[in-house]
Amino acid sequence: MSEEAKVLSSIDLDTLESIRADFPILHQEVNGRPLVYLDNAASSQRPEVVISAMVDYYRKDHSNVHRGAHSLANRATVLFENARLTAQQFLNAASEREVNFTKGTTEGINLLAHSFGRKFIHTGDNMIISELEHHSNIVPWQLICIERKAELRIVRVTENGEWDLDHFDELLDENTKLISTAWVSNSMGTINPVREIISKAHSKNALVHLDAAQAAPHFVIDVQELDVDFMSLSGHKVFAPTGTGIFYGKANWLEDMLPYQAGGEMIRDVDFAGTTFNDLPFKFEAGTPNIAGAIGLAEGFKYLMQQDRESLIAHERRLLDLATELALEIDGLKILGPLNNRAGVLSFNIDRIHAADLGHLLDGQGVAVRTGHHCCQPLMKKFGIDGTCRASFSIYNTEEEVHIFIKALKRAIKMLS
Amino acid sequence: MASIDEIGKELGEEFAMFDDPMDRYEYLIELGQELPVMKDEWKTDTNVVKGCQSTVWLHADCVDGVMKFHGDSNTVITKGIIALLIRTLSEQKAQDIVKNDLAFIDAIGLRGMLTSQRSNGLSAMVQRMKLYALGYENSNR
Repeated sequence: MSEEAKVLSSIDLDTLESIRADFPILHQEVNGRPLVYLDNAASSQRPEVVISAMVDYYRKDHSNVHRGAHSLANRATVLFENARLTAQQFLNAASEREVNFTKGTTEGINLLAHSFGRKFIHTGDNMIISELEHHSNIVPWQLICIERKAELRIVRVTENGEWDLDHFDELLDENTKLISTAWVSNSMGTINPVREIISKAHSKNALVHLDAAQAAPHFVIDVQELDVDFMSLSGHKVFAPTGTGIFYGKANWLEDMLPYQAGGEMIRDVDFAGTTFNDLPFKFEAGTPNIAGAIGLAEGFKYLMQQDRESLIAHERRLLDLATELALEIDGLKILGPLNNRAGVLSFNIDRIHAADLGHLLDGQGVAVRTGHHCCQPLMKKFGIDGTCRASFSIYNTEEEVHIFIKALKRAIKMLS
Repeated sequence: MASIDEIGKELGEEFAMFDDPMDRYEYLIELGQELPVMKDEWKTDTNVVKGCQSTVWLHADCVDGVMKFHGDSNTVITKGIIALLIRTLSEQKAQDIVKNDLAFIDAIGLRGMLTSQRSNGLSAMVQRMKLYALGYENSNR
């Protein structure tokens, strides 16, 4: 092993093996070959502790939460609210009142669009997103801006797939109410300059929401340090169940925002003469929550928090760098996104070969990637392409898997040429 | 002319000779490469089959009650699938295509190889070919 490789080899091989052993799904064959799962940006896998926690909850502790008079209800409530405290810890939020359980990032964004947009965005206002957003961070804003007769401004990205900050400066003005952008681009892996965006936004009294779906698995998040106003993330990207997520907001804004969905749990008093709403965080959590999901979500957060995060981050960095280095040796391969400044994702095309064919032939060799527009049609149109082939890495992937992926890719290219 | 189901069975046997999925893909790609070139004038918007990640065009003619299909795609594997469908359904009577229960698709044994996206594409293509056959059958009555 070269000196450079020793320095970069940031994770103890025993630790990596132990992490891999935690994920039962990784140990199977696909099309007669060991599964190499490189579709983590679409969804990550669950460690056994997350799966067991949910099953145990249903086996031993389930009851409805918050209002029950009996022991099971008490146990379920404690588990559920402890899960919220774990989420608070994961984000380093100032208070658990700022932490709401959702179905995922898409729901968080819709919640914000509705609850903030309908009260605080008015005719003549504008809000800002960028060309690289996922559809979930485009369409809710299109709808609310139409409804509120406000302008939706779009920051350009450069040929490298990075925010054009000069263009942002042109678009940001005293009528800008909100900026909503991805921390990490799902289609390219680009890491956006979020601290600069937040600082510039605040200087004009605009608020910032970050779509942290792709950032949460790869970065340690500290919402206080970031001083971000709102954030959404999805559990299933962070080793936790699908149908779970967190919406974070600074308490003073959440207090003032309209409720989102209405019904039980989010009310204080219901009267036909008028209804009053519950305190935070319950105001934004109508109906019986996904209790087992929240417990699973907390276990996913705990699983990550219990690891040596710096070492895992360095490991993921190493995997991405290695994949990038090897990919660039392939003739006709073009990466979408910046050469460096990416997290988790390698998105590319090969000259005269359709990404869909690559995805298929990689699957034939046991390698799972994603092909297509990755729910970023505007970005693909900007670059004049149908889509890309996207390999995305997680903590349980290995350097050996990177080599298998590249070898499989070369074989696929040969078959298609 | 062998029947639709007979050809389907034949194709199934051809693919079954390969144990390795990659060899099956290799064969599928070869079949796609042998597809006759589709005339550009047939690559119209109405001939596009929706439900595929790739772009697929299907054109049909009917001569004396016998269907002739032509197809193309911008992806190599889909071309292979088109080639299979054309081998099975082209030169067949329109009424036979309309009546067929499409069991031949499973006989070829491709569903296991196809992702649900591709399966949707495959189903969409077959449905379109059936629709063409139905259209010609009705217009000939």
